Amino acid sequence: MILLNEILSKYPKEQEYLIEILLEYQTSKKNHYISSEDVASISKYLGVPESQVCSVISFYSLLSMKPKGKYVIQVCHDVPCFVNDSTSIYDKLVEILEINDGETTKDNLFTLEITECLGRCNEAPAMRVNNLVYVSLTPAKVEKIINDLRGEKK
Amino acid sequence: MIQMKLISKRFGSINPLSIDSYMNADGYKGLEKALKMHPNKIIDELEKSRIRGRGGAGFPAHTKVRALSKQSGDKYIVCNADEGEPGNFKDRSIMENDPHAIIEGMIILAYATGASKGIIYIRGEYQNAIMIMKASIKAAEEKGLIGENIQNKSFDFKIEVRSGAGSYVCGEEFSLIESIEGKPGRSRTKPPYPTEKGIHNLPTLINNVETFANFSHIILMGGDEFAKIGTKSSTGTKLISLSGNVKNKGLYEVPFGTSIRDVIFKLGKGVKNNRKIKMVQLGGAAGPIIPEYMLDMSIDFDRFENFDSKTGTGAIIVIDDRFDLFDILLINMKFFVNQSCGKCAPCREGHVQIVNLLNKFINHRATEKDLMSLENLANVIQQTSLCGLGQSSMTSIISSLRYFRDDYFSKVRY
Ligand SMILES: Cc1cc2nc3c(=O)[nH]c(=O)nc-3n(C[C@H](O)[C@H](O)[C@H](O)COP(=O)(O)O)c2cc1C
Ligand code: SF4
Ligand code: FES
Repeated sequence: MILLNEILSKYPKEQEYLIEILLEYQTSKKNHYISSEDVASISKYLGVPESQVCSVISFYSLLSMKPKGKYVIQVCHDVPCFVNDSTSIYDKLVEILEINDGETTKDNLFTLEITECLGRCNEAPAMRVNNLVYVSLTPAKVEKIINDLRGEKK
Repeated sequence: MIQMKLISKRFGSINPLSIDSYMNADGYKGLEKALKMHPNKIIDELEKSRIRGRGGAGFPAHTKVRALSKQSGDKYIVCNADEGEPGNFKDRSIMENDPHAIIEGMIILAYATGASKGIIYIRGEYQNAIMIMKASIKAAEEKGLIGENIQNKSFDFKIEVRSGAGSYVCGEEFSLIESIEGKPGRSRTKPPYPTEKGIHNLPTLINNVETFANFSHIILMGGDEFAKIGTKSSTGTKLISLSGNVKNKGLYEVPFGTSIRDVIFKLGKGVKNNRKIKMVQLGGAAGPIIPEYMLDMSIDFDRFENFDSKTGTGAIIVIDDRFDLFDILLINMKFFVNQSCGKCAPCREGHVQIVNLLNKFINHRATEKDLMSLENLANVIQQTSLCGLGQSSMTSIISSLRYFRDDYFSKVRY
Protein backbone atom coordinates (compact mmCIF):
# COMPACT_ATOMS: atom_id res chain seq x y z
CA MET A 1 0.00 0.00 0.00
CA ILE A 2 2.85 2.37 0.84
CA LEU A 3 4.15 1.79 -2.64
CA LEU A 4 0.83 2.71 -4.27
CA ASN A 5 0.68 5.93 -2.28
CA GLU A 6 4.20 6.74 -3.35
CA ILE A 7 3.25 6.31 -7.02
CA LEU A 8 -0.01 8.22 -6.63
CA SER A 9 1.70 11.21 -5.04
CA LYS A 10 3.80 11.69 -8.21
CA TYR A 11 0.70 12.39 -10.32
CA PRO A 12 -1.81 15.24 -10.38
CA LYS A 13 -5.29 14.22 -9.21
CA GLU A 14 -6.70 14.03 -12.72
CA GLN A 15 -8.29 11.17 -14.64
CA GLU A 16 -5.82 11.90 -17.46
CA TYR A 17 -3.15 10.11 -15.45
CA LEU A 18 -5.19 6.99 -14.64
CA ILE A 19 -3.57 4.77 -17.27
CA GLU A 20 -0.05 5.96 -16.37
CA ILE A 21 -0.70 5.20 -12.72
CA LEU A 22 -2.17 1.77 -13.42
CA LEU A 23 0.75 0.81 -15.65
CA GLU A 24 3.43 2.01 -13.29
CA TYR A 25 1.86 0.36 -10.28
CA GLN A 26 1.14 -2.92 -12.04
CA THR A 27 4.72 -3.14 -13.32
CA SER A 28 6.03 -2.68 -9.79
CA LYS A 29 3.87 -5.49 -8.40
CA LYS A 30 5.18 -9.03 -8.25
CA ASN A 31 2.04 -10.58 -9.70
CA HIS A 32 1.44 -7.85 -12.30
CA TYR A 33 -2.18 -7.12 -11.50
CA ILE A 34 -4.42 -4.50 -9.94
CA SER A 35 -6.47 -5.83 -7.00
CA SER A 36 -9.91 -4.53 -6.04
CA GLU A 37 -8.36 -2.80 -3.01
CA ASP A 38 -5.94 -1.04 -5.38
CA VAL A 39 -8.89 0.04 -7.52
CA ALA A 40 -10.58 1.51 -4.46
CA SER A 41 -7.49 3.53 -3.47
CA ILE A 42 -6.85 4.81 -6.97
CA SER A 43 -10.51 5.71 -7.40
CA LYS A 44 -10.46 7.65 -4.13
CA TYR A 45 -7.25 9.50 -4.99
CA LEU A 46 -8.33 10.58 -8.49
CA GLY A 47 -11.99 11.07 -7.67
CA VAL A 48 -12.92 8.72 -10.51
CA PRO A 49 -15.68 6.14 -9.80
CA GLU A 50 -14.43 2.57 -9.19
CA SER A 51 -16.57 1.32 -12.07
CA GLN A 52 -14.67 3.61 -14.44
CA VAL A 53 -11.29 2.45 -13.17
CA CYS A 54 -12.40 -1.14 -13.76
CA SER A 55 -13.68 -0.41 -17.24
CA VAL A 56 -10.30 1.10 -18.15
CA ILE A 57 -8.47 -1.96 -16.80
CA SER A 58 -10.69 -4.33 -18.72
CA PHE A 59 -10.36 -2.35 -21.97
CA TYR A 60 -6.57 -2.40 -22.17
CA SER A 61 -4.81 -5.70 -22.75
CA LEU A 62 -1.68 -4.73 -20.81
CA LEU A 63 -3.77 -4.17 -17.65
CA SER A 64 -5.19 -6.98 -15.54
CA MET A 65 -7.26 -7.57 -12.43
CA LYS A 66 -6.17 -11.20 -12.35
CA PRO A 67 -2.84 -12.18 -10.78
CA LYS A 68 -0.20 -13.31 -13.24
CA GLY A 69 3.16 -15.04 -12.92
CA LYS A 70 6.41 -13.31 -12.05
CA TYR A 71 7.32 -13.43 -15.73
CA VAL A 72 4.61 -12.63 -18.26
CA ILE A 73 5.65 -14.11 -21.58
CA GLN A 74 3.94 -12.65 -24.64
CA VAL A 75 4.60 -14.42 -27.91
CA CYS A 76 3.85 -12.45 -31.05
CA HIS A 77 1.69 -14.27 -33.54
CA ASP A 78 0.95 -11.73 -36.25
CA VAL A 79 1.73 -12.37 -39.92
CA PRO A 80 5.41 -11.22 -40.08
CA CYS A 81 6.23 -13.47 -37.09
CA PHE A 82 3.93 -16.28 -38.24
CA VAL A 83 5.70 -16.60 -41.60
CA ASN A 84 8.99 -16.71 -39.68
CA ASP A 85 7.80 -19.74 -37.72
CA SER A 86 6.47 -18.17 -34.52
CA THR A 87 4.30 -21.27 -34.14
CA SER A 88 7.38 -23.31 -33.24
CA ILE A 89 8.24 -20.73 -30.56
CA TYR A 90 4.80 -20.92 -29.01
CA ASP A 91 4.74 -24.72 -29.22
CA LYS A 92 8.13 -24.90 -27.48
CA LEU A 93 6.86 -22.71 -24.64
CA VAL A 94 3.73 -24.84 -24.26
CA GLU A 95 5.95 -27.91 -24.13
CA ILE A 96 8.41 -26.69 -21.50
CA LEU A 97 6.03 -24.66 -19.36
CA GLU A 98 3.16 -27.14 -19.67
CA ILE A 99 0.59 -24.35 -19.92
CA ASN A 100 -1.49 -22.81 -22.70
CA ASP A 101 -2.40 -19.30 -23.81
CA GLY A 102 -3.63 -17.24 -20.85
CA GLU A 103 -2.49 -19.71 -18.17
CA THR A 104 0.01 -19.41 -15.31
CA THR A 105 2.38 -22.15 -14.11
CA LYS A 106 1.64 -23.74 -10.72
CA ASP A 107 4.73 -22.15 -9.17
CA ASN A 108 3.42 -18.73 -10.27
CA LEU A 109 6.62 -18.09 -12.16
CA PHE A 110 5.33 -17.85 -15.76
CA THR A 111 2.21 -16.66 -17.53
CA LEU A 112 1.94 -17.42 -21.25
CA GLU A 113 0.07 -15.15 -23.63
CA ILE A 114 -0.29 -14.85 -27.39
CA THR A 115 0.06 -11.20 -28.28
CA GLU A 116 -0.10 -8.75 -31.17
CA CYS A 117 2.82 -7.37 -33.17
CA LEU A 118 5.62 -6.08 -30.95
CA GLY A 119 7.04 -3.84 -33.68
CA ARG A 120 10.10 -6.03 -34.06
CA CYS A 121 9.04 -7.73 -37.31
CA ASN A 122 12.49 -6.97 -38.76
CA GLU A 123 13.85 -9.49 -36.24
CA ALA A 124 10.95 -11.95 -36.23
CA PRO A 125 9.95 -14.06 -34.43
CA ALA A 126 9.74 -12.00 -31.27
CA MET A 127 8.43 -12.32 -27.73
CA ARG A 128 8.28 -10.10 -24.68
CA VAL A 129 9.05 -11.11 -21.10
CA ASN A 130 7.79 -8.35 -18.80
CA ASN A 131 9.36 -5.23 -20.30
CA LEU A 132 12.13 -6.97 -22.20
CA VAL A 133 11.81 -8.04 -25.85
CA TYR A 134 13.64 -11.06 -27.25
CA VAL A 135 14.07 -11.33 -31.03
CA SER A 136 15.26 -13.67 -33.81
CA LEU A 137 14.04 -16.56 -31.69
CA THR A 138 14.52 -20.27 -32.26
CA PRO A 139 13.08 -23.06 -30.10
CA ALA A 140 16.58 -23.67 -28.69
CA LYS A 141 16.97 -19.99 -27.77
CA VAL A 142 13.57 -20.02 -26.06
CA GLU A 143 14.55 -23.04 -23.99
CA LYS A 144 17.70 -21.27 -22.83
CA ILE A 145 15.82 -18.07 -21.93
CA ILE A 146 13.34 -20.04 -19.81
CA ASN A 147 16.10 -22.01 -18.11
CA ASP A 148 17.94 -18.79 -17.29
CA LEU A 149 14.79 -17.24 -15.82
CA ARG A 150 14.14 -20.36 -13.76
CA GLY A 151 17.72 -20.22 -12.48
CA GLU A 152 17.28 -16.61 -11.48
CA LYS A 153 14.64 -17.70 -8.96
CA LYS A 154 17.14 -19.61 -6.81
CA MET B 1 21.22 3.87 -55.19
CA ILE B 2 17.58 3.36 -54.64
CA GLN B 3 17.69 4.44 -51.00
CA MET B 4 17.47 8.14 -50.19
CA LYS B 5 18.14 8.97 -46.59
CA LEU B 6 16.48 12.06 -45.23
CA ILE B 7 14.60 10.94 -42.13
CA SER B 8 17.03 8.11 -41.42
CA LYS B 9 20.24 9.90 -42.32
CA ARG B 10 21.33 10.29 -38.70
CA PHE B 11 20.36 6.73 -37.71
CA GLY B 12 23.37 4.97 -36.28
CA SER B 13 25.70 7.93 -36.65
CA ILE B 14 24.52 9.97 -33.64
CA ASN B 15 23.99 9.03 -30.03
CA PRO B 16 20.21 9.20 -29.62
CA LEU B 17 20.59 9.96 -25.92
CA SER B 18 22.78 13.00 -26.52
CA ILE B 19 21.16 16.26 -27.58
CA ASP B 20 24.61 17.68 -28.40
CA SER B 21 25.26 14.82 -30.75
CA TYR B 22 21.98 15.71 -32.52
CA MET B 23 22.84 19.40 -32.64
CA ASN B 24 26.25 18.66 -34.14
CA ALA B 25 24.44 16.86 -36.97
CA ASP B 26 22.28 19.87 -37.99
CA GLY B 27 19.77 19.16 -35.24
CA TYR B 28 17.47 22.03 -34.22
CA LYS B 29 18.66 24.08 -37.23
CA GLY B 30 15.18 23.82 -38.74
CA LEU B 31 13.69 25.21 -35.54
CA GLU B 32 16.27 28.01 -35.47
CA LYS B 33 15.24 29.00 -38.98
CA ALA B 34 11.53 28.62 -38.25
CA LEU B 35 11.71 30.94 -35.25
CA LYS B 36 12.93 33.70 -37.56
CA MET B 37 9.89 33.22 -39.80
CA HIS B 38 6.34 34.43 -39.40
CA PRO B 39 4.12 31.52 -38.21
CA ASN B 40 1.92 31.78 -41.33
CA LYS B 41 4.99 31.58 -43.52
CA ILE B 42 5.89 28.24 -41.93
CA ILE B 43 2.46 26.84 -42.82
CA ASP B 44 2.91 28.21 -46.36
CA GLU B 45 6.15 26.23 -46.67
CA LEU B 46 4.35 23.08 -45.50
CA GLU B 47 1.71 23.72 -48.14
CA LYS B 48 4.33 24.17 -50.85
CA SER B 49 6.05 20.96 -49.78
CA ARG B 50 2.73 19.13 -50.32
CA ILE B 51 3.69 16.70 -47.58
CA ARG B 52 1.02 14.15 -46.71
CA GLY B 53 0.65 12.41 -43.35
CA ARG B 54 2.73 9.28 -42.82
CA GLY B 55 0.30 7.55 -40.42
CA GLY B 56 -1.52 5.70 -43.19
CA ALA B 57 -4.23 7.89 -44.66
CA GLY B 58 -1.99 10.40 -46.44
CA PHE B 59 -3.97 13.48 -45.50
CA PRO B 60 -2.34 16.79 -46.59
CA ALA B 61 -0.48 17.97 -43.48
CA HIS B 62 -0.80 21.72 -44.01
CA THR B 63 -4.63 21.61 -44.00
CA LYS B 64 -4.80 20.36 -40.42
CA VAL B 65 -2.00 22.66 -39.31
CA ARG B 66 -3.75 25.71 -40.75
CA ALA B 67 -7.05 24.65 -39.20
CA LEU B 68 -5.38 24.48 -35.79
CA SER B 69 -3.64 27.83 -36.22
CA LYS B 70 -7.02 29.50 -36.76
CA GLN B 71 -8.35 28.32 -33.39
CA SER B 72 -7.80 30.48 -30.35
CA GLY B 73 -7.01 29.61 -26.74
CA ASP B 74 -5.31 26.48 -25.41
CA LYS B 75 -4.54 23.86 -28.04
CA TYR B 76 -2.85 20.49 -28.17
CA ILE B 77 -0.31 18.99 -30.52
CA VAL B 78 -0.20 15.21 -30.35
CA CYS B 79 2.41 12.91 -31.79
CA ASN B 80 0.80 9.57 -32.59
CA ALA B 81 3.38 6.93 -31.69
CA ASP B 82 0.90 4.14 -31.09
CA GLU B 83 2.26 2.09 -34.00
CA GLY B 84 0.17 -1.03 -33.49
CA GLU B 85 -0.40 -2.00 -37.11
CA PRO B 86 1.29 -5.41 -37.51
CA GLY B 87 4.32 -5.21 -39.79
CA ASN B 88 5.28 -1.65 -38.87
CA PHE B 89 8.38 -0.62 -36.95
CA LYS B 90 9.33 2.68 -38.57
CA ASP B 91 8.05 4.94 -35.78
CA ARG B 92 9.87 2.89 -33.17
CA SER B 93 13.02 3.19 -35.29
CA ILE B 94 12.77 6.99 -35.41
CA MET B 95 12.16 7.25 -31.65
CA GLU B 96 15.05 4.93 -30.85
CA ASN B 97 17.53 6.44 -33.32
CA ASP B 98 16.69 10.12 -33.73
CA PRO B 99 14.26 11.18 -30.99
CA HIS B 100 14.99 14.90 -31.19
CA ALA B 101 13.86 15.06 -34.82
CA ILE B 102 10.33 14.38 -33.55
CA ILE B 103 10.57 16.92 -30.75
CA GLU B 104 11.97 19.53 -33.15
CA GLY B 105 9.04 18.97 -35.53
CA MET B 106 6.58 19.35 -32.66
CA ILE B 107 8.14 22.63 -31.48
CA ILE B 108 8.07 24.03 -35.03
CA LEU B 109 4.34 23.24 -35.26
CA ALA B 110 3.70 24.66 -31.81
CA TYR B 111 5.29 27.93 -32.88
CA ALA B 112 3.40 27.91 -36.18
CA THR B 113 0.01 27.27 -34.58
CA GLY B 114 0.29 28.80 -31.12
CA ALA B 115 -0.26 25.50 -29.33
CA SER B 116 1.11 25.28 -25.81
CA LYS B 117 0.51 21.64 -24.93
CA GLY B 118 2.28 18.70 -26.53
CA ILE B 119 1.75 14.99 -25.97
CA ILE B 120 3.63 12.03 -27.39
CA TYR B 121 1.40 8.96 -27.08
CA ILE B 122 3.58 5.85 -27.29
CA ARG B 123 2.28 2.30 -27.28
CA GLY B 124 2.92 0.56 -23.98
CA GLU B 125 4.92 -2.24 -25.57
CA TYR B 126 7.62 0.25 -26.65
CA GLN B 127 9.34 0.60 -23.25
CA ASN B 128 12.69 1.51 -24.76
CA ALA B 129 11.22 4.26 -26.93
CA ILE B 130 9.28 5.62 -23.94
CA MET B 131 12.49 5.86 -21.93
CA ILE B 132 14.37 7.57 -24.79
CA MET B 133 11.60 10.09 -25.52
CA LYS B 134 11.27 11.04 -21.85
CA ALA B 135 15.02 11.58 -21.56
CA SER B 136 15.09 13.61 -24.78
CA ILE B 137 12.27 15.89 -23.63
CA LYS B 138 14.22 16.54 -20.44
CA ALA B 139 17.37 17.36 -22.42
CA ALA B 140 15.46 19.76 -24.66
CA GLU B 141 13.98 21.45 -21.60
CA GLU B 142 17.44 21.93 -20.16
CA LYS B 143 18.52 23.67 -23.36
CA GLY B 144 15.50 25.97 -23.18
CA LEU B 145 13.97 24.52 -26.34
CA ILE B 146 10.83 23.44 -24.50
CA GLY B 147 9.25 25.27 -21.60
CA GLU B 148 8.33 28.89 -21.06
CA ASN B 149 9.35 31.81 -23.22
CA ILE B 150 11.21 29.56 -25.66
CA GLN B 151 14.28 31.23 -27.21
CA ASN B 152 12.90 34.59 -26.04
CA LYS B 153 10.11 34.28 -28.58
CA SER B 154 7.49 34.64 -25.84
CA PHE B 155 5.88 31.34 -26.64
CA ASP B 156 5.44 28.44 -24.25
CA PHE B 157 5.35 24.78 -25.16
CA LYS B 158 5.49 21.76 -22.92
CA ILE B 159 5.69 18.10 -23.99
CA GLU B 160 4.58 15.06 -21.98
CA VAL B 161 4.86 11.38 -22.81
CA ARG B 162 1.78 9.21 -22.38
CA SER B 163 1.83 5.47 -22.56
CA GLY B 164 -0.71 3.30 -24.30
CA ALA B 165 -1.72 0.09 -22.57
CA GLY B 166 -2.18 -2.47 -25.32
CA SER B 167 -4.94 -1.36 -27.65
CA TYR B 168 -4.54 -1.05 -31.41
CA VAL B 169 -7.64 1.08 -31.92
CA CYS B 170 -6.08 3.83 -29.76
CA GLY B 171 -4.07 4.80 -32.85
CA GLU B 172 -7.32 6.07 -34.36
CA GLU B 173 -7.66 9.79 -33.66
CA PHE B 174 -10.68 9.93 -31.39
CA SER B 175 -9.82 6.70 -29.59
CA LEU B 176 -6.40 8.24 -28.99
CA ILE B 177 -8.02 11.34 -27.53
CA GLU B 178 -10.23 9.27 -25.23
CA SER B 179 -7.21 7.29 -24.10
CA ILE B 180 -5.20 10.44 -23.38
CA GLU B 181 -8.13 11.58 -21.22
CA GLY B 182 -7.71 8.38 -19.20
CA LYS B 183 -10.69 6.48 -20.58
CA PRO B 184 -11.24 3.34 -22.63
CA GLY B 185 -10.24 4.09 -26.25
CA ARG B 186 -13.65 4.12 -27.90
CA SER B 187 -14.00 6.42 -30.90
CA ARG B 188 -16.39 9.36 -31.25
CA THR B 189 -18.54 10.34 -34.21
CA LYS B 190 -17.14 13.06 -36.48
CA PRO B 191 -17.60 15.99 -37.02
CA PRO B 192 -16.51 17.91 -35.00
CA TYR B 193 -12.96 17.02 -35.98
CA PRO B 194 -10.07 16.99 -33.49
CA THR B 195 -8.78 20.35 -34.74
CA GLU B 196 -12.10 21.77 -33.51
CA LYS B 197 -12.82 19.64 -30.44
CA GLY B 198 -10.14 17.22 -29.30
CA ILE B 199 -8.60 16.53 -25.90
CA HIS B 200 -10.87 18.02 -23.19
CA ASN B 201 -12.78 19.57 -26.11
CA LEU B 202 -9.78 21.78 -26.94
CA PRO B 203 -8.49 22.05 -30.53
CA THR B 204 -6.05 19.19 -31.14
CA LEU B 205 -3.69 18.39 -33.99
CA ILE B 206 -2.63 14.76 -34.37
CA ASN B 207 0.21 13.71 -36.61
CA ASN B 208 2.26 10.59 -37.03
CA VAL B 209 5.86 10.30 -35.77
CA GLU B 210 7.34 10.19 -39.27
CA THR B 211 5.29 13.24 -40.32
CA PHE B 212 6.78 15.26 -37.44
CA ALA B 213 10.28 14.08 -38.33
CA ASN B 214 9.86 15.64 -41.80
CA PHE B 215 9.07 19.18 -40.68
CA SER B 216 12.57 20.46 -39.87
CA HIS B 217 13.81 19.18 -43.25
CA ILE B 218 11.01 21.03 -45.04
CA ILE B 219 11.86 24.28 -43.26
CA LEU B 220 15.58 23.85 -43.89
CA MET B 221 15.37 23.02 -47.60
CA GLY B 222 12.19 25.01 -48.30
CA GLY B 223 8.85 23.60 -49.40
CA ASP B 224 9.54 23.85 -53.14
CA GLU B 225 12.82 21.91 -52.89
CA PHE B 226 11.14 19.23 -50.76
CA ALA B 227 8.35 18.85 -53.32
CA LYS B 228 10.94 17.91 -55.95
CA ILE B 229 11.56 14.62 -54.13
CA GLY B 230 9.16 11.79 -54.88
CA THR B 231 6.17 12.00 -57.21
CA LYS B 232 3.61 14.63 -58.07
CA SER B 233 1.00 13.34 -55.67
CA SER B 234 3.35 12.06 -52.96
CA THR B 235 6.33 14.21 -52.13
CA GLY B 236 9.38 13.36 -50.07
CA THR B 237 10.65 10.00 -48.94
CA LYS B 238 8.97 7.08 -47.22
CA LEU B 239 10.28 4.82 -44.51
CA ILE B 240 9.56 1.24 -45.41
CA SER B 241 9.20 -1.54 -42.83
CA LEU B 242 10.16 -4.62 -44.84
CA SER B 243 9.37 -7.96 -43.18
CA GLY B 244 8.25 -11.51 -43.79
CA ASN B 245 10.15 -14.02 -45.90
CA VAL B 246 12.78 -11.70 -47.38
CA LYS B 247 16.52 -12.23 -46.99
CA ASN B 248 17.20 -8.78 -45.56
CA LYS B 249 14.30 -7.70 -43.40
CA GLY B 250 14.65 -4.17 -42.10
CA LEU B 251 13.94 -0.47 -42.31
CA TYR B 252 14.66 1.31 -45.60
CA GLU B 253 14.01 4.82 -46.86
CA VAL B 254 13.14 5.49 -50.50
CA PRO B 255 11.69 8.40 -52.43
CA PHE B 256 8.00 8.00 -53.28
CA GLY B 257 7.65 6.46 -56.71
CA THR B 258 10.02 3.56 -56.03
CA SER B 259 8.51 0.23 -57.01
CA ILE B 260 7.58 -2.37 -54.43
CA ARG B 261 9.56 -4.91 -56.45
CA ASP B 262 12.73 -2.86 -56.13
CA VAL B 263 12.31 -2.62 -52.38
CA ILE B 264 11.86 -6.38 -52.07
CA PHE B 265 14.56 -7.45 -54.50
CA LYS B 266 17.17 -4.69 -54.45
CA LEU B 267 16.99 -3.70 -50.78
CA GLY B 268 15.58 -6.88 -49.26
CA LYS B 269 17.72 -9.06 -51.58
CA GLY B 270 14.75 -11.18 -52.57
CA VAL B 271 12.96 -14.09 -50.98
CA LYS B 272 14.67 -16.34 -48.46
CA ASN B 273 15.84 -19.70 -49.86
CA ASN B 274 14.90 -18.34 -53.30
CA ARG B 275 11.33 -19.44 -52.93
CA LYS B 276 8.47 -17.94 -54.93
CA ILE B 277 6.34 -15.10 -53.61
CA LYS B 278 2.78 -16.21 -52.94
CA MET B 279 1.48 -12.82 -51.82
CA VAL B 280 2.52 -9.47 -50.38
CA GLN B 281 0.54 -7.56 -47.77
CA LEU B 282 0.94 -3.79 -47.85
CA GLY B 283 0.52 -1.42 -44.91
CA GLY B 284 -0.24 -4.01 -42.23
CA ALA B 285 -3.19 -6.14 -41.12
CA ALA B 286 -5.57 -3.49 -42.49
CA GLY B 287 -3.86 -3.40 -45.86
CA PRO B 288 -4.40 -5.16 -49.19
CA ILE B 289 -2.95 -8.52 -50.20
CA ILE B 290 -1.57 -8.47 -53.73
CA PRO B 291 -0.06 -11.10 -56.03
CA GLU B 292 3.49 -11.16 -57.39
CA TYR B 293 2.53 -9.72 -60.78
CA MET B 294 1.45 -6.45 -59.16
CA LEU B 295 4.79 -5.70 -57.52
CA ASP B 296 5.83 -3.18 -60.17
CA MET B 297 3.30 -0.82 -58.61
CA SER B 298 5.04 2.24 -57.21
CA ILE B 299 4.87 3.49 -53.65
CA ASP B 300 2.56 6.46 -53.97
CA PHE B 301 -0.56 7.56 -52.09
CA ASP B 302 -2.61 7.90 -55.29
CA ARG B 303 -1.82 4.35 -56.38
CA PHE B 304 -2.72 3.14 -52.93
CA GLU B 305 -6.06 4.90 -53.01
CA ASN B 306 -7.51 1.99 -55.00
CA PHE B 307 -7.25 0.02 -51.81
CA ASP B 308 -7.83 1.92 -48.60
CA SER B 309 -6.34 4.28 -46.13
CA LYS B 310 -3.84 2.07 -44.37
CA THR B 311 -1.51 1.18 -47.21
CA GLY B 312 0.39 4.42 -46.71
CA THR B 313 2.18 3.35 -43.53
CA GLY B 314 4.88 1.83 -45.74
CA ALA B 315 4.88 -1.73 -44.42
CA ILE B 316 5.66 -4.47 -46.94
CA ILE B 317 5.13 -8.03 -45.72
CA VAL B 318 6.42 -10.69 -48.09
CA ILE B 319 4.86 -14.16 -47.85
CA ASP B 320 6.31 -17.10 -49.77
CA ASP B 321 4.59 -20.02 -51.46
CA ARG B 322 4.68 -22.32 -48.41
CA PHE B 323 1.78 -20.34 -46.97
CA ASP B 324 -1.93 -20.52 -47.64
CA LEU B 325 -3.97 -17.37 -48.22
CA PHE B 326 -6.54 -18.44 -45.63
CA ASP B 327 -4.03 -18.85 -42.81
CA ILE B 328 -2.92 -15.28 -43.39
CA LEU B 329 -6.49 -13.96 -43.60
CA LEU B 330 -7.43 -15.79 -40.42
CA ILE B 331 -4.58 -14.17 -38.45
CA ASN B 332 -5.63 -10.75 -39.77
CA MET B 333 -9.27 -11.27 -38.86
CA LYS B 334 -8.58 -12.68 -35.38
CA PHE B 335 -6.54 -9.54 -34.80
CA PHE B 336 -9.57 -7.38 -35.53
CA VAL B 337 -11.84 -9.54 -33.36
CA ASN B 338 -9.46 -8.86 -30.47
CA GLN B 339 -8.99 -5.18 -31.24
CA SER B 340 -12.58 -4.10 -31.91
CA CYS B 341 -13.63 -1.67 -29.19
CA GLY B 342 -17.15 -3.09 -29.29
CA LYS B 343 -18.95 0.21 -29.72
CA CYS B 344 -20.70 -0.57 -33.00
CA ALA B 345 -22.33 -3.82 -34.13
CA PRO B 346 -20.94 -4.25 -37.67
CA CYS B 347 -17.40 -4.35 -36.29
CA ARG B 348 -18.10 -6.13 -32.99
CA GLU B 349 -20.23 -8.92 -34.49
CA GLY B 350 -19.02 -8.81 -38.08
CA HIS B 351 -15.43 -9.84 -37.46
CA VAL B 352 -16.56 -12.88 -35.47
CA GLN B 353 -18.77 -13.95 -38.38
CA ILE B 354 -15.93 -13.43 -40.84
CA VAL B 355 -13.68 -15.70 -38.75
CA ASN B 356 -16.41 -18.38 -38.75
CA LEU B 357 -16.74 -18.13 -42.52
CA LEU B 358 -12.97 -18.34 -43.05
CA ASN B 359 -12.85 -21.46 -40.89
CA LYS B 360 -15.42 -23.03 -43.20
CA PHE B 361 -13.10 -22.42 -46.15
CA ILE B 362 -10.11 -23.76 -44.25
CA ASN B 363 -12.02 -26.95 -43.38
CA HIS B 364 -13.31 -27.33 -46.95
CA ARG B 365 -16.88 -26.97 -45.76
CA ALA B 366 -17.64 -23.69 -47.55
CA THR B 367 -20.25 -23.49 -50.29
CA GLU B 368 -20.75 -20.91 -53.02
CA LYS B 369 -23.31 -19.32 -50.74
CA ASP B 370 -20.63 -18.85 -48.08
CA LEU B 371 -18.44 -17.13 -50.63
CA MET B 372 -21.25 -14.70 -51.35
CA SER B 373 -21.90 -14.16 -47.64
CA LEU B 374 -18.24 -13.43 -47.06
CA GLU B 375 -18.18 -10.89 -49.85
CA ASN B 376 -21.39 -9.19 -48.70
CA LEU B 377 -20.45 -9.12 -45.05
CA ALA B 378 -17.01 -7.67 -45.81
CA ASN B 379 -18.65 -4.82 -47.70
CA VAL B 380 -21.18 -4.20 -44.93
CA ILE B 381 -18.47 -4.00 -42.27
CA GLN B 382 -16.40 -1.65 -44.41
CA GLN B 383 -19.30 0.66 -45.18
CA THR B 384 -21.20 0.77 -41.89
CA SER B 385 -18.53 0.73 -39.17
CA LEU B 386 -18.24 3.81 -37.01
CA CYS B 387 -14.49 4.33 -37.03
CA GLY B 388 -11.46 3.67 -39.18
CA LEU B 389 -10.85 0.26 -37.65
CA GLY B 390 -13.94 -1.37 -39.14
CA GLN B 391 -13.73 0.80 -42.24
CA SER B 392 -10.27 -0.52 -43.11
CA SER B 393 -10.15 -4.01 -41.60
CA MET B 394 -11.75 -5.75 -44.61
CA THR B 395 -9.12 -4.64 -47.10
CA SER B 396 -7.24 -7.94 -47.04
CA ILE B 397 -10.47 -9.89 -47.63
CA ILE B 398 -11.76 -7.59 -50.36
CA SER B 399 -8.42 -7.39 -52.21
CA SER B 400 -7.86 -11.15 -52.01
CA LEU B 401 -11.36 -11.79 -53.35
CA ARG B 402 -10.24 -9.75 -56.32
CA TYR B 403 -6.73 -11.08 -56.90
CA PHE B 404 -6.87 -14.59 -55.43
CA ARG B 405 -10.35 -15.69 -56.43
CA ASP B 406 -9.08 -19.08 -57.54
CA ASP B 407 -7.87 -19.76 -54.02
CA TYR B 408 -11.42 -19.29 -52.79
CA PHE B 409 -12.89 -21.46 -55.52
CA SER B 410 -10.39 -24.22 -54.85
CA LYS B 411 -11.79 -24.51 -51.32
CA VAL B 412 -15.48 -24.32 -52.20
CA ARG B 413 -17.45 -27.56 -51.99
CA TYR B 414 -19.86 -27.97 -54.89
C1 LIG C 1 -7.56 1.63 -36.15
C2 LIG C 1 -6.59 2.72 -36.50
C3 LIG C 1 -5.31 2.69 -35.98
C4 LIG C 1 -4.41 3.71 -36.27
N1 LIG C 1 -3.16 3.63 -35.75
C5 LIG C 1 -2.29 4.64 -36.02
C6 LIG C 1 -0.99 4.63 -35.43
O1 LIG C 1 -0.63 3.72 -34.69
N2 LIG C 1 -0.15 5.66 -35.71
C7 LIG C 1 -0.53 6.70 -36.53
O2 LIG C 1 0.25 7.62 -36.72
N3 LIG C 1 -1.74 6.72 -37.10
C8 LIG C 1 -2.62 5.73 -36.86
N4 LIG C 1 -3.87 5.78 -37.42
C9 LIG C 1 -4.20 6.94 -38.24
C10 LIG C 1 -4.60 8.10 -37.35
O3 LIG C 1 -5.97 7.99 -37.06
C11 LIG C 1 -4.35 9.45 -37.99
O4 LIG C 1 -4.86 9.45 -39.27
C12 LIG C 1 -2.89 9.82 -38.05
O5 LIG C 1 -2.26 9.71 -36.79
C13 LIG C 1 -2.75 11.23 -38.56
O6 LIG C 1 -1.39 11.56 -38.71
P1 LIG C 1 -0.77 11.90 -40.13
O7 LIG C 1 -1.70 12.89 -40.78
O8 LIG C 1 0.55 12.48 -39.83
O9 LIG C 1 -0.70 10.63 -40.89
C14 LIG C 1 -4.78 4.77 -37.13
C15 LIG C 1 -6.07 4.79 -37.66
C16 LIG C 1 -6.97 3.78 -37.36
C17 LIG C 1 -8.33 3.84 -37.96
S1 SF4 D 1 -15.54 0.27 -35.95
FE1 SF4 D 1 -14.91 -1.18 -34.35
S2 SF4 D 1 -13.31 -0.13 -33.24
FE2 SF4 D 1 -14.40 1.44 -34.43
S3 SF4 D 1 -16.01 2.22 -33.07
FE3 SF4 D 1 -16.93 0.50 -34.18
S4 SF4 D 1 -16.57 -1.28 -32.82
FE4 SF4 D 1 -15.19 0.33 -32.15
S1 FES E 1 4.63 -9.41 -36.24
FE1 FES E 1 5.75 -10.11 -34.55
S2 FES E 1 6.88 -8.36 -34.00
FE2 FES E 1 5.68 -7.64 -35.64
